[in-house]
Amino acid sequence: MNWVAWKMLTGDRTKYLGIVFGVAFGSVLIAHQTSIFVSLMRRTVSQIMDVADADVWVMNENVQSVDELRPMPDTEVSVVRGVPGVAWAVGMYKGMVTARQPNGLHRQLILMGLDDNTLVGAPREMLSGSLADLRQPDAVIIDKAGYSYLFPGQPFRLGCTLEMNDRRAVIVGMCQASPPFQTFPVLFTRYTVARQYAPPGRNFLSFVLVKMKPGTDPAQLCQQIGQRTGRLALTTRQFAWMTVMYYIKSTGIPINFGITIALGFIVGTAIAGQTFYLFTIENLKQFGNLKAMGVTNRRIIQMILLQAIVVGGLGYGIGIGLSAVFFELTKDVTHLAGFQIPWQVALLTAVAVSVIVMLASILSIRRVLVLEPAVVFR
Amino acid sequence: MKLVRPLTEPSIAVSCRGITRDFGDGETRIRVLHGIDLDIPLGEISLLVGPSGCGKTTLISIVCGLLEPTDGDITLFGESHETLRGTRLVQFRGKNIGFVFQQYNLLPALTAAENAALPLIIAGMPRRRAVAKARDILETVGLGNRVDSKPSQLSGGQQQRVAIARALVHEPRLLVCDEPTAALDAQSGQTVMELLRRVAVHPDRAVLVVTHDNRVFEYGDRIVSMTDGRIEKIETRTQRMAAMSAPTAEPLTVNRVFGSANHVA
Repeated sequence: MNWVAWKMLTGDRTKYLGIVFGVAFGSVLIAHQTSIFVSLMRRTVSQIMDVADADVWVMNENVQSVDELRPMPDTEVSVVRGVPGVAWAVGMYKGMVTARQPNGLHRQLILMGLDDNTLVGAPREMLSGSLADLRQPDAVIIDKAGYSYLFPGQPFRLGCTLEMNDRRAVIVGMCQASPPFQTFPVLFTRYTVARQYAPPGRNFLSFVLVKMKPGTDPAQLCQQIGQRTGRLALTTRQFAWMTVMYYIKSTGIPINFGITIALGFIVGTAIAGQTFYLFTIENLKQFGNLKAMGVTNRRIIQMILLQAIVVGGLGYGIGIGLSAVFFELTKDVTHLAGFQIPWQVALLTAVAVSVIVMLASILSIRRVLVLEPAVVFR
Repeated sequence: MKLVRPLTEPSIAVSCRGITRDFGDGETRIRVLHGIDLDIPLGEISLLVGPSGCGKTTLISIVCGLLEPTDGDITLFGESHETLRGTRLVQFRGKNIGFVFQQYNLLPALTAAENAALPLIIAGMPRRRAVAKARDILETVGLGNRVDSKPSQLSGGQQQRVAIARALVHEPRLLVCDEPTAALDAQSGQTVMELLRRVAVHPDRAVLVVTHDNRVFEYGDRIVSMTDGRIEKIETRTQRMAAMSAPTAEPLTVNRVFGSANHVA
């Protein structure tokens, strides 16, 4: 009877394609909007996730996110180094500075000051130049997207200069950095150099980056650092989530995106679910006919579920494929770089589509099961 | 055709005793069938006739186990409906009853051969074998050259012939036809009834045809007339022929023809 179910589904090509594309459209809406939201939230923590070497981040106890920092005295580094379980600890600066471009225009950018000796937190992928060049006076490394913002349309050239806090900065390399939440260029330099570019202030240290000794419990270490220093110590994951939650709580992004995703979900559900539901209802008399001819309710349920699986599977495949194509085509667009479909979103969409199609199936199955086969005589 | 028949009462296929059927509840409750007693014999075409709304379709729905009676008992080939419930009844129906519907009810996505093969596929026969057998029976009903046509490519008469092939392909012991000629022109209706008489009538099979098309009365071996949910009269072919040939003893009245009491002037 599976064959009959398949034939009933595909017999009318136009209707069949309509149902599949209905589900596909629903999948696109869900996968695409959710992926953009997740990718955007990932951008808020890109400066955290790009630092692969650190296990624990120590920061001012009032910090709410990676973009809302309160500097600490440089001496905190030594205090943290003294906590048992710490393998090494280095300082890091992160702040917003205003740079003056050669053409006289000003632009805000993110400045990352790395430990002078170890360069912990340096970009992982250099596109041009070398990390070692950061040891030169006034040397900075810029991310690829940032260079295109500061020098639009110009080919990359080593030795370009910027001015920050009335001091000259020389670009000695270009790197690939995860795009930040806002489209600011990201500049990397040494901690001591960064001090000169940053606005003056009493304290300057943004973070102490900590590497744990092998076998240390991260939670316990964070607690110990907190007790010893009175500072906030978080694992990389905790810090990232705190930042994401900060953006979710204190910006309109989640509400707006939530509405869009909800709309996508509702529209997707309505289209996918209703199309499939109507398809089964249109075939009600055919199912009644089959019931009269001796097909049991169990077989009918199997037939409808098979149709649901085919429609859901194909629709989901096409939908997720179209979303993937979109992100693949836009991956080199500077503003959209880093946007992708996380596997969790792909899974969520699969679950959502399954729920939608199953719900539609259950509703239509109910109609078929309560259908009196005597309907065939009407 | 090979039919196995473990019958308790060999000549009767269907036996209805005191069948009543109500629809609705409370004040809207309406009785559609009033204690129907009826036997459908094997090897004959029985016509169930009567005006619209007299309960013909309800009665055949109950006979086939598609609808539950409010009261009464039905025995099909010696098996009481009481003992056939749920899946057993569905399987019994699939094996023993063939249906021909007024609107043909063919699956539009399947070819004529595939449609005709459905009862065999439902019974679990491999598809290829079932379709091959269906092709043979389509040959019998004169559609050997249209086996691969979809219902939309066939005329009404041809679709009804496919429906007859489908109803007979699994060699059922009861063939139920609901207004098989109602959607057809006179010529196609004649063809369908002739076909039914030729291929469906079998000593081990009962054929029950619901109709109010008096053009097909001549094909019935027995005519069961219903009015207002009751059986008014059961007439065999012989009785009918005798009645038609008997001299008219009383003046012709509209009552005799149309059921009114007025005399024809």
